[in-house]
Amino acid sequence: MKIHEYQAKEILKQYNVPVQDGIAIKDISEFDNAIQQLQQRGINQFVVKSQIHAGGRGKGKIYNPGNRDELILEGGVKFTTSVDKAKEYARKMLGNLLVTHQTGTEGKIVRTLFITEGLDYKKEFYLGILLDRAVSKNVIMASTEGGVEIEKVAAETPEKIIKEWIDPVVGLQPFQARKLAFSLGLDGEAFKNFIKFIPQLYKAYVETDASLLEINPLVITNDNKIVALDAKVNIDDNALYRHKDFEGMRDFNEEDPLEIEASKYNLNYIKLEGNVGCMVNGAGLAMATMDIIKLAGGEPANFLDVGGGANKTTVANGFKIILSDHNVKAILINIFGGIVRCDRVAQGVIDAASQIRINVPVVVRLEGTNAQEAGILLQNSGLNFVVAGSLKDAAEKVTSVLKK
Amino acid sequence: MSILIDKKTRLVVQGITGGEGSFHTQQMKEYGTNVVAGVTPGKGGTLVEGVLVYNTVAEAVKVQKANTSVIFVPPAFAADAILEAAFAGIKVIICITEGIPTNDMLKVYNALKGKDIVLVGPNCPGVISPGKAKVGIMPGFIHKKGTIGVVSRSGTLTYEAVKQLTDLKLGQSTGVGIGGDPIIGSRFIDIIKLFNEDPETEGIVMIGEIGGSAEEEAAEFIKKNVKKPVVGFIAGRTAPPGRRMGHAGAIISGGKGTADEKIKALTKAGIKVAESPALIGITMLKALEEKKLKINPKSISILKPPAKSEKTVKAKVKPAASVIKKKIKK
Repeated sequence: MKIHEYQAKEILKQYNVPVQDGIAIKDISEFDNAIQQLQQRGINQFVVKSQIHAGGRGKGKIYNPGNRDELILEGGVKFTTSVDKAKEYARKMLGNLLVTHQTGTEGKIVRTLFITEGLDYKKEFYLGILLDRAVSKNVIMASTEGGVEIEKVAAETPEKIIKEWIDPVVGLQPFQARKLAFSLGLDGEAFKNFIKFIPQLYKAYVETDASLLEINPLVITNDNKIVALDAKVNIDDNALYRHKDFEGMRDFNEEDPLEIEASKYNLNYIKLEGNVGCMVNGAGLAMATMDIIKLAGGEPANFLDVGGGANKTTVANGFKIILSDHNVKAILINIFGGIVRCDRVAQGVIDAASQIRINVPVVVRLEGTNAQEAGILLQNSGLNFVVAGSLKDAAEKVTSVLKK
Repeated sequence: MSILIDKKTRLVVQGITGGEGSFHTQQMKEYGTNVVAGVTPGKGGTLVEGVLVYNTVAEAVKVQKANTSVIFVPPAFAADAILEAAFAGIKVIICITEGIPTNDMLKVYNALKGKDIVLVGPNCPGVISPGKAKVGIMPGFIHKKGTIGVVSRSGTLTYEAVKQLTDLKLGQSTGVGIGGDPIIGSRFIDIIKLFNEDPETEGIVMIGEIGGSAEEEAAEFIKKNVKKPVVGFIAGRTAPPGRRMGHAGAIISGGKGTADEKIKALTKAGIKVAESPALIGITMLKALEEKKLKINPKSISILKPPAKSEKTVKAKVKPAASVIKKKIKK
């Protein structure tokens, strides 16, 4: 699960990680109150930060969602010492479209702003904690190249990324925090603050079951404090059951409505840009089916894994979701019945198809347990199915229906 | 021979009283697997599918000499179940459970590291040595006893590959589903090492997918050590970056773990990569034929009959489809 910067900072605060102070607002009417509170805390320079689930906000552009050619503001993160200016930025961001290199051209509507203190700092670093799958250990990555795209640093100057792997049996050790601090060239107060910062951050990462914790940039302020200026936290979906307090942090506005709909039926659906919808059991076979659609001359319109229990209801819901995407010109159903019996799946397909108006060709390939019985059922249904045998045959039939 | 499981396997089913656990116990027994015990804490003394249930794995090991475990325990308790099996002296642990938190697996993986224990999974279909034993949830009937080792990160895609092999009369020595999670007990390289040392295994099929770098590591190993023909397939060429494709491990992040990168690494290591998932079986057949030709150039026709059998399979299917089309036209 992805969460917003302001939510990530709320969590980090609970672990005594120094973060840039701020207040989140969802409506411009809350602005004056937020600023007053910040002023009472002695803050007199401000940053207005758009909250969307994508990076590159600072270099992004704000557009009018009604007229995509109308540029409203350069930058989705703005610094100012003037309250009036801050309010003007807030007005221009809220409700408008932020386009960054990570959002794609469609962009994302800004629904929340984080009004924060503006800090004076002398240095920016990158800090990230994530799982290194190659060694099955968590790794802390740090770099002097903060505030820029870390993927770029990794590709162009990998030697500038310092890595420290954590043994889960003994946990993070003090020498490891010192090693990172020395490698970043820290000394004096900043060094002392950094080696206190790292264990707190790591504790937050582990105890929240994060799958990614990224601070970019991490800054040394003019008075040598170490502060998380930004924070990106992803939580391991499999561990959400032990973090009931995070439930409210899920922002449905950031998710595709079709994907939310699918998740209600326990379907694993991801919308793509293509013209051939597909419905498959199993994630690996679903990916392979998408690949075969491409090889057959089409483009997959979605990833859809109906899981182990493919039945009448799941198939019907799968159809509904695929068909609500108007780019879909054909559908390929590919079910490998292991424990699931193909004749039952076939009946499910027939029942669903007779209830829902389907006006695109449907190629059905059922293989495995009771596949022959399933073939006969589909044949006798009187419905407009193209029945395929092998996977190769299915691909060829997709090609032929697309040509028509 | 086969790897990991065979006729000597004495299986304990952890989580045997659950729906999945009891159903698959019955299925595994039907296949001929020697299921000697079940474990569900607090349900000791009861019978499930004719199998006696114990409260602890230690008891099952002591009384029934269990040497292999399969885990159907819910995700919140699965890490504990793996460790219980390990500390009870079980040497082969196969964890089917899907959805175990990464943090839990991080501890389990590092606790088992360096010990003489093989963990397969989690989030996997299990292991099958056709004709000998099935420890997992895969459909037994699509398998056929033979000489091809199959290793894969996925479930139904493995069945697909196995079916293609069986239809071409290429049986399997053992099929291993290693699972789709970011942290798994056995990786491609671990299983391929075993297949390489197994005299009965003559060829290896490796089915990977986007995410991580396990396929690349395996390719390095194969290049240096494996003389047996290896066929590969990587699923997810069309997957967009940054999106988790069902499996927690199947995600392209930071431009790493793409299918193209993996296919390149595999090809470089001399692995025959099937372009399409429909061609996994036939690619293996050709690779074996090539190998036979190298050893004995006169042996061309040995593998021809299976190629024909594929045609008959297709022929069976085609009339059905054309009948339907005719019907529609009417």
